[in-house]
Amino acid sequence: MRYLPLTQADRAEMLAVIGASSVDDLFVDVPAEARLGGTIAGLPLHASEMAVERHMGALAAKNLAAGAAPFFLGAGAYRHHIPASVDHLIQRGEFLTAYTPYQPEIAQGTLQVLFEFQTQVARLLGTDIANASMYDGSTACWEAILMAARVARRDKAVLSGGLHPHYVSTVRTMAKFAGQAIDWRVPRLDAAPDDAEVIAAIDGETACVVVQYPDILGRIPDLAAIAEAAHAKGALLVAVVTEPVALGLLEAPGDLGADIVVGEGQSLGVGLQFGGPYLGLFGCNEKFVRQMPGRLCGETVDAEGRRGFVLTLSTREQHIRREKATSNICTNSGLCALAFSIHMTLLGGEGLEKLARINHARARRLADRLAQVPGVAVLNDAWFNEFTVILPSDARDAVRALADRQVLGGVSLGRLYPDAPDLHRGLLVTATETNTDDDIEALATALEAIL
Amino acid sequence: MNAHNPSGWKPSMGEKGEAGAATASGDRGLMLEEPLIFELGAPGKCGVDFDEAPGDDVLPALGKHLRKQAVPLPGLTEPETVRHYTRLSRQNYAIDLGPFPLGSCTMKHNPRLNEKVARLPGFADIHPLQPQQTVRGALEAINQLAWWLIDLTGMDGVAMTPKAGAHGELCGLLCIRAAHEAKGETREVILVPDSAHGTNPATAAFAGYRVEAIPPTPDGRVDLEALKARLGPNVAGVMITNPNTCGLFEREMKAISEAVHAAGGYVYCDGANFNAIVGKVRPGDLGIDAMHINLHKTFSTPHGGGGPGSGPVVVSKALAPFGPLPFTARTEDGVVHLVEEEDAAAFGHTQSFGRMTAFHGQMGMFTRALTYILSHGADGLRQVAEDAVLNANYVLRSLEDVLVAPFADSGPCMHEALFSDSGLPEGFSTLDIAKGLIDEGFHPMTVYFPLVVKGAMLVEPTETESKAGLDRFIASLRSLAERAQGGDDSLKSAPHFAPRRRLDETQAARKPVLVWKQPAETE
Repeated sequence: MRYLPLTQADRAEMLAVIGASSVDDLFVDVPAEARLGGTIAGLPLHASEMAVERHMGALAAKNLAAGAAPFFLGAGAYRHHIPASVDHLIQRGEFLTAYTPYQPEIAQGTLQVLFEFQTQVARLLGTDIANASMYDGSTACWEAILMAARVARRDKAVLSGGLHPHYVSTVRTMAKFAGQAIDWRVPRLDAAPDDAEVIAAIDGETACVVVQYPDILGRIPDLAAIAEAAHAKGALLVAVVTEPVALGLLEAPGDLGADIVVGEGQSLGVGLQFGGPYLGLFGCNEKFVRQMPGRLCGETVDAEGRRGFVLTLSTREQHIRREKATSNICTNSGLCALAFSIHMTLLGGEGLEKLARINHARARRLADRLAQVPGVAVLNDAWFNEFTVILPSDARDAVRALADRQVLGGVSLGRLYPDAPDLHRGLLVTATETNTDDDIEALATALEAIL
Repeated sequence: MNAHNPSGWKPSMGEKGEAGAATASGDRGLMLEEPLIFELGAPGKCGVDFDEAPGDDVLPALGKHLRKQAVPLPGLTEPETVRHYTRLSRQNYAIDLGPFPLGSCTMKHNPRLNEKVARLPGFADIHPLQPQQTVRGALEAINQLAWWLIDLTGMDGVAMTPKAGAHGELCGLLCIRAAHEAKGETREVILVPDSAHGTNPATAAFAGYRVEAIPPTPDGRVDLEALKARLGPNVAGVMITNPNTCGLFEREMKAISEAVHAAGGYVYCDGANFNAIVGKVRPGDLGIDAMHINLHKTFSTPHGGGGPGSGPVVVSKALAPFGPLPFTARTEDGVVHLVEEEDAAAFGHTQSFGRMTAFHGQMGMFTRALTYILSHGADGLRQVAEDAVLNANYVLRSLEDVLVAPFADSGPCMHEALFSDSGLPEGFSTLDIAKGLIDEGFHPMTVYFPLVVKGAMLVEPTETESKAGLDRFIASLRSLAERAQGGDDSLKSAPHFAPRRRLDETQAARKPVLVWKQPAETE
């Protein structure tokens, strides 16, 4: 076995030191009736690298990769070009095969990266501070709601209809068990987001209102107005960003009055990966720091007075506080945070703005072309790189028919909202810097053919 | 003197010696200092070229939302970026450099084939919401892994979506709550042993339960009689770690399960230590109802400096109907489907507690874990457990004469060896041994955990350490224990040879500096 260094001679020598006659003696505390006599049924025996690669390669080849087709999907996961140096650097063994930096003297690499990441995320989101990452955007969103409840000492959250339906489902699942009241809604196919409805729903019991920016249909809510209304009632605004590239062009939620800003960081550096691992972003006002979930890296000095970094404020966390912790989270998304941070470093603020403008320009070109397809109407009057079109019939059928023509045409609202028939003619489409004019033409032509 | 240091050279620890000499750069040979990107970069610098010039043209409706100026972040060109992160990487210890014997963390070698496979475009470059007809291979991969996890654990179902171990614990407890609620029962208490990982009580509280502790026996195991006395109609279940955090197998596991079941509760097993028993024992044969499997431990997906993890949860027949959405299922025609909200009813999964994350779980970890399982096979996995346990016992028996091993008489350990600092002279503690190990070129073991042992040192070598590597580690640990016995005060200021000396954690927490600010801003 190529991964197991002990030889038979080693094993015999070690057993002699231990004073055991065989390895089975070491499993003597396992009840005899539960000990397996031989290898487990159902699994193959060990295999060579070549054989394993052949098997896995065959499975991979059965999928239509986004790069191999005109591709227009978004809805919380976005395809962007990742500079080659990102993947090279995250594969350095010192990053890839290190653990959580519990021994800071020999983990300054990881710790400094986290400190830089926290600073980048805080500046991007427009918040005072940010943590070292959460699992993903959906779980970060739930943690933000719980945190808002601790801060406001109230137990109700109002969710905008523009919040990603998977995020809504995640929140509703968790709230059932945690005893939070969730006032949620599905979106309507209007050009304008549901700001007025959300504002009307805020009352004296509301701990927070949760608004996605841009929202699931690609519309852009007026965060400043919602923040003002929330604050007037003593509630917090939790803003959710599923496409951080948008913040290269749009004002940062924190600057518009959001108290907690969470997001999905996958767009920068991480890649699609069929949904995970992704990267939860979490930023907030500094005064709430002791109510924050997740790891935090802080600056300090060593015994010789040199600047250094450590994990800090861990008295909020499960390994110290156990059942009184702010969250049960233990793992963060360290390697994805590294990838995000490297990509952001390569871009810088001005590069991010360029990237965002190109995304917007590509999406406008896509909208112009799709609007010419008979039977297709663009819903939005504002969007960043993703918007909604209305088709003559259920968009789920169109998505499958497009896929038959090797075009990955978008995300149908029927898949996201199976219980809301009013939405089923809606199709979400996204264009990024990766989409060429030829891709756009291929989608339009295919739609013309199938509709 | 040994083969790794044939000249017998010893670095000086004196303040005025070579180690104390100043350099103009602050660097010292290959010990490299590195500024922050905010100190290196400049606005307008960029490491990315674009195909087209971005226009200023935006939709009129965007007007009020437009940013007035770029995000205030400096950029770096590619050569500067590569150098910055490569220099930073040099300040990290990693498994690729040597043993990383963190107990309960299972830091084993990360095979590079797994990295290669996870990056195949057919896995890495597919969108979670692509039409299912375009991702059949990905769904087959998830389903294959799911079934092998079921085979390896002897359970009836598996939830693949949890993002990490603690998220998996949450999934298991939500299944337990949903199962009780389906019977019209409200149970408020989860019993957790004192030796449990901190995530166990935190998760129970997160899921809305009250936590009550169960005490250990003097030999480091769960006290079955104390547990039985505490069971009753308000106890929803117990969370047991097996092998436990003292490194011991819970001999009475089956009796524990039977007692809990008889009282109407369910048994959650923390699977963090599955590496000790994979292929040797199936948790399903011990009466367990739910157990998470840290793919980043037993199945060697890389820890990446603190994640991402992946925590699928295997469940018993009693809990399977309540598992989360989405999941994969193979129909009679051989096709693997992704079952989401839309067709849960068609697949008969009507009692699910719901969704606990967007999309379908940590696919990038699934492909790595599946590659790992295929490489090892049923025979290799069994050997993994045997070698992991053999290595740990070798460490235990090689050091019990110089370090107190509190459960040395409780039988063989499983995959981790537990020591205590109770035998060290006054003034020396576990922390000093740990920091001394850093100077010896090793990552320390897990320290001060489990909480039930004074000054705990929990050593988990894993099966991917060679005997020669273990012998070097043992020699270093022995030397440190002897230096402490001899009253060598230099240990108390260790490490001396790391990129940093001991860091001031109190200052970090008292006045937290969590983001970088321009020096002018801080004045």
